[in-house]
Amino acid sequence: MLDKDKLDWIYNKLFTIRFFEERIKKIAKEKSVPGYLHTCIGSEAICVGVMAALNKDDWISSTYRNHGHAIAKDCNLNQITSEIYGRSTGICKGRGGSMHISDFDRGMLGSFGIVAAGPPVVLGAALQEKINNGSKNSVSFFGDGAIHNGAFHEAAGLAKLWNIPMLFVCENNGYAEATATDWHLNTKELSDISKAYDMLAYRGNGNDVFDVFNVTKKALEESRNKQTPIFLEFKNYRFSGQYEGDTQLYQPQEEIENAKKNDPIKLAIDNAKNHNLTKDDIETYKKNALDAVNSAFDFADTQPWPKGEDALQEVYVNYPKEVN
Amino acid sequence: MPIKTVKEAINDALVQSFENDKNVILMGEDIAGGKGREQYQGTQDAWGGPFGVTQGLFTKFGGERVRDTTIAEAGFFGAAVGAAMTGLRPIVELMYVDFAGVCFDQMMNQAAKVRYMFGGKQKVPMVVRTVVGAGFRAGSEHSQTLYSLYTHIPGLKVVAPYDAYDAKGLLLSSIQDDDPVIFMEHKRLYMTSCEVPDDLKPIPLGKGKIRKNGSDVTIIAIQRMNLFAEEAAKELENNNISCEIIDPRSYSPLDEDLIYTSVKKTGRVIIVDESNPKCSLASEISSLISENCFSDLKSGVVKITAPHTPVPFSPPMEDFYIPSSKKIGDAAKELLNA
Repeated sequence: MLDKDKLDWIYNKLFTIRFFEERIKKIAKEKSVPGYLHTCIGSEAICVGVMAALNKDDWISSTYRNHGHAIAKDCNLNQITSEIYGRSTGICKGRGGSMHISDFDRGMLGSFGIVAAGPPVVLGAALQEKINNGSKNSVSFFGDGAIHNGAFHEAAGLAKLWNIPMLFVCENNGYAEATATDWHLNTKELSDISKAYDMLAYRGNGNDVFDVFNVTKKALEESRNKQTPIFLEFKNYRFSGQYEGDTQLYQPQEEIENAKKNDPIKLAIDNAKNHNLTKDDIETYKKNALDAVNSAFDFADTQPWPKGEDALQEVYVNYPKEVN
Repeated sequence: MPIKTVKEAINDALVQSFENDKNVILMGEDIAGGKGREQYQGTQDAWGGPFGVTQGLFTKFGGERVRDTTIAEAGFFGAAVGAAMTGLRPIVELMYVDFAGVCFDQMMNQAAKVRYMFGGKQKVPMVVRTVVGAGFRAGSEHSQTLYSLYTHIPGLKVVAPYDAYDAKGLLLSSIQDDDPVIFMEHKRLYMTSCEVPDDLKPIPLGKGKIRKNGSDVTIIAIQRMNLFAEEAAKELENNNISCEIIDPRSYSPLDEDLIYTSVKKTGRVIIVDESNPKCSLASEISSLISENCFSDLKSGVVKITAPHTPVPFSPPMEDFYIPSSKKIGDAAKELLNA
């Protein structure tokens, strides 16, 4: 049984991510938000369930669909929002934008806009932990589309060969951009890909935050004990389009309606009584999450733009001034 | 003072860096060769990379720090980025720079950009050691230089030493540097030698070198082209033409002041680069000189480069492809109307 603090954290994060994404979708529709937005409605249970099993300073990599990972990794919500708005107080000082929200101080190695860029980078962090006898866990998030990319396979092969404890976490959300997973898979199950590397693999219900948490926690222990990488596949459904503005015509209405029955937020609310949570508890979580989201967007609205010449900063640690 | 080949000087710099900093590790294909297998413990390192540059490191420092990889450049280059961000100082070997294509994303989009686009908290202290250059009859996919490919990318530093002295001093610096550095080793220079002091200090990145003082014409020579520039300069003395030879050594950052000072003195410039001509180091340096020294120039900047073709295999064709001391000499005579 999870303690109340953990449950509070889990439910708070689930609602915060959902409300945050609904809000940014609405704003994107009504007024302009600079750049590309990839929201993660439907991924909340995976973001929160995995992160609930991690320690605060564990290493992760994320993707361009990163809002949920960043929120669940306890990045500052005001700074996340400011970053999406391109303001100078953004979490990346306005140099990243929605696709690159990332806070190294929270163990985020990066949110990469290139599909499958993350697995090799996390392999490197995990290698460093192994060499230095470190204790941080290393987890790479990627989507089902990434499993066809060479960078994923190269990282998987090296991780197994070098006996590196790390988790490859695949969010199988049904679509690689606009291409359906059931069309692009060569194997019966996505996680069968791990067999090529003789790598342990487990599947969990990506809509059930508690299942995600349990599967991840167990995998982290096994990975560390056996000094081996483990592949995790969590199936869910991407209610969001590939990006905001996507017509989503390739997602059949019937499929969406079916998926709603397993909406991760709905499942978490249904599960609440199993964890001795009351309706009042749920209402409190919702209210707190909504307040945090509202105040983050209010904050971002008032933040200053960076100056144009701020673009010149922090390309290098050291570079001679006269040629920069 | 000990005489060392470029190959030995690089090996020395690696050993010294491994001894000085326990965070330095090396990853690459065949860098330990068969040495990683248990039954070969105690035997000589099998390869030490295709040119034997890393031989002995596995024996000295062990398989934890000297890691053979699979033929998976994207995998171990990305791993170097993650390892560098989290506290190691990885050196990765790109066996030939021509293989840049299979791991360019890791350099261009991750190594070069994580510090900038994630708000300045990360640093990526990694070094890519890679082998460049024509003249080995190695064909189109094992002979390029591609200097400008990496120099173009903000966030990367690019270094290309000519002699053993610079190779050691610049590699020591590159490994200590907190930014990602592409360290280019020319395959035709590995066995060339010069005096290298054992206690050589790191040479700062971004400082060029005057290899020969002169007054009539500035020859800016890129890596192996210094050899031909020196040959040409010697020959040109017979024509009473005095050449100043500048070896920039580092292309990002580039020692522009050293170049401008020389150009202002001589008013004539020849740039020699064995790369393809379009958007090359030669064209970049030429454009900088035009922007900054226009009124000092007595004639247009002359570029001597390879043609706009892949590197050919057959010896007569490859020899034609590579700039020569004769071409440099002819160009200087024309500039001086000699």
